[in-house]
Amino acid sequence: MIGELLLRFVVGGVVVSVFAMLGGAVKPKSFAGLFGAAPSVALATLTLTVMKKGSSYAAIESRSMVLGALAFFFYAWLVSYLLMRRRVDVLRTTALLLVVWIASALGLWLLFLG
Amino acid sequence: MSVKLNIESVRETKWNEYAKRFAFGGVVTVLAGLIADKWGPAMGGLFLAFPAIFPASASLIEKHEREKKERVGANGRLRGRHAAGVEAAGAAMGCIGLIAFSVVAWKILPRFALWETLVLATAVWSITAVGVWFIRQRLL
Repeated sequence: MIGELLLRFVVGGVVVSVFAMLGGAVKPKSFAGLFGAAPSVALATLTLTVMKKGSSYAAIESRSMVLGALAFFFYAWLVSYLLMRRRVDVLRTTALLLVVWIASALGLWLLFLG
Repeated sequence: MSVKLNIESVRETKWNEYAKRFAFGGVVTVLAGLIADKWGPAMGGLFLAFPAIFPASASLIEKHEREKKERVGANGRLRGRHAAGVEAAGAAMGCIGLIAFSVVAWKILPRFALWETLVLATAVWSITAVGVWFIRQRLL
């Protein structure tokens, strides 16, 4: 169990870091932002999930990920709107608005899959 | 506006900032697995698109832009916040690609090999995200 968690941690960390580095290596900023929504956690998780639980299980996760990605869109749009138009603290705003992602993701899940 | 390499920005990033992103990425991947184990894959799948490293990345961009302005004696707060906002707008466009990635993975995972699925889904993510970005550039 610990070994599996450690493997997940390392694989997830590596894939996320690679995409973050790619995003940091390009400009303009709006283009670099595309890498902020790269499928990094998905690539790591789906690989490990298919190996352990099979592709049908991973396909169910991917179906829910559609809703998670839609919630990410609402979150990123709202963050962008507030940072460009209001005098808000960046870290506090982006961290507090994660509640919007959770509420949107769970709301969409209840609406379509619950 | 054309896309260019920005190697200087990679050099500016300190090792502890990379370590922070590595840790956030690792933790979210672990959490996604634990949530799927506890509440099932339909709930766990939501977290494959959790914007976990976004706050850390946005505050890093704000810090770099603010410091750049302050080095020439200007107040960089507004510039830093604006840069983070522009990057968030880019992430919103990337999310359209992320939706396309997950639809492809959902539909073809049961029928194709894992590597084929991930290569195709990642290609669809990049084409969609970059396509949306270019369309928006044209419209502005």
